[in-house]
Amino acid sequence: MAQLFQNILKTLLDSVRDLLPIIIVIGFFQLAILQQPIPNLNSILIGTLLVVIGLALFIKGLQMALFPIGENIAYAFARKGSVVWLLVFAFALGFGTTIAEPALIAVSAEAAKVAASAELIPDIASERNSYALGLRITVAVSVGLAILIGVIRIIKGWPLQYLIIGGYAGVVIMTIFAPKEIIGIAYDSGGVTTSTVTVPLVTALGVGLASSIQGRNPMIDGFGLIALASLTPMIFVMGYGMVVH
Amino acid sequence: MELLTHIFDTLQQTLFDLIPIIAIIFFFQLIVLRQKISNLKNILLGLLYVLLGLGLFLVGLEKALFPLGNLMAIQLTDPAFIYAGVESVANSIHWADYFWVYMFAAAIGFSTTIAEPSLIAVAIKANTVSAGAIGVWGLRIAVAIGVAIGISLGAFRIVTGTPLHYYIIVGYILVLIQTVYAPKMIIPLAYDSGGVTTSTVTVPLVAALGLGLASTVPGRSAIIDGFGLIAFASLFPIITVMAYAQLSEWRYKHNMEKLDKEETDS
Repeated sequence: MAQLFQNILKTLLDSVRDLLPIIIVIGFFQLAILQQPIPNLNSILIGTLLVVIGLALFIKGLQMALFPIGENIAYAFARKGSVVWLLVFAFALGFGTTIAEPALIAVSAEAAKVAASAELIPDIASERNSYALGLRITVAVSVGLAILIGVIRIIKGWPLQYLIIGGYAGVVIMTIFAPKEIIGIAYDSGGVTTSTVTVPLVTALGVGLASSIQGRNPMIDGFGLIALASLTPMIFVMGYGMVVH
Repeated sequence: MELLTHIFDTLQQTLFDLIPIIAIIFFFQLIVLRQKISNLKNILLGLLYVLLGLGLFLVGLEKALFPLGNLMAIQLTDPAFIYAGVESVANSIHWADYFWVYMFAAAIGFSTTIAEPSLIAVAIKANTVSAGAIGVWGLRIAVAIGVAIGISLGAFRIVTGTPLHYYIIVGYILVLIQTVYAPKMIIPLAYDSGGVTTSTVTVPLVAALGLGLASTVPGRSAIIDGFGLIAFASLFPIITVMAYAQLSEWRYKHNMEKLDKEETDS
């Protein structure tokens, strides 16, 4: 019991330390530079307390659940040796974690509004909704493909930099041809796909695969799935813009 | 009471985000691989922690950090603050007038990145996999410095109105050069850290700063110039993480040479 208590206290102190820089920055700018009082001090203190507890719980859960889940499934696939099922899983994981992502839903709704005001699509609700849904499916498919390609890369041991540099060349070429209105949204969609739950799972999957396949180094081959998953949506969203507009 | 309903709503939302992920994993584990989940009790408890943790974290951010951060972004970019004490506001703006905006951009970029949960996750993993060669704090600070440089440079770009792609192209050329010279084992991790930084804590605050700047600097449009800060925040960490590895490697070699020299001397 005393040990459990000590454990909780240490995790909480760690989160306080993680959040301290933000508190110092906001306090300093608000009081010393802007010379304004801090509004709603009460609600800010409660909010900060919730952030501290939330971060501590999340980090604990990360190590207890998300990491082991990702690793175990990687080991299980490596033992079973079924590449096809592994690739199906990789695509499903990428697609499934992205399609329901709240940040993506918000960005696609915003993009549909931009497209309607630029008169690229008729400004009626049903058109906007189908445009937004199309965009969401596009991004989810592109993340699914990114994880799938990334898993093939781990199995084959291809160097990541060739894929990434090739991908960025693709982004530059698409930027030249894509309609201007979609470019900002496309660049942003790369950032919104990698959520807080997806990142630990996908990282554990990559590292788990690389350490259970002979001849692969978890450091060199295990990382890189996230980089691919933030790259492909840019290319696909610009492609979507070229097809739909 | 209002707080409790807010927490409850956010928990429900987080649960809906988690369900598809958990469903896919369990489906493949139980139906396709036909494997029992080992330590099921621990894993379920861990998932409960993730759910509760993320929910409380998000509610706390919305209650404390986001309103204050947004307010400060508006106040700092307000012409009344920028030109305080200046007798006549000239029509042309000077980029140096926005000194505190750049400082705030760097400070908020650095501090929110330190608190980013996905970055903590990747740093813990990288530390274990590299057998301690990559420090959890070393990586987090390297990424945070990258985001700080990226966001303050992005703010400078909005103020001066220079085209986004010049910066991005120069940045990518730097990344290319570093990829050739940096230690091979850091490259995938460096590329990953670009995507990890732009997450729960950083994006909303940075977006507020970008929009605040683009809508108050004369001659900028929120739609055209407001974008781009996120792109900067994902590019520069790649550069700083590779630089961190290059620096550690250089220091290691330097120390080894010194040690060798001392041995031959004695």
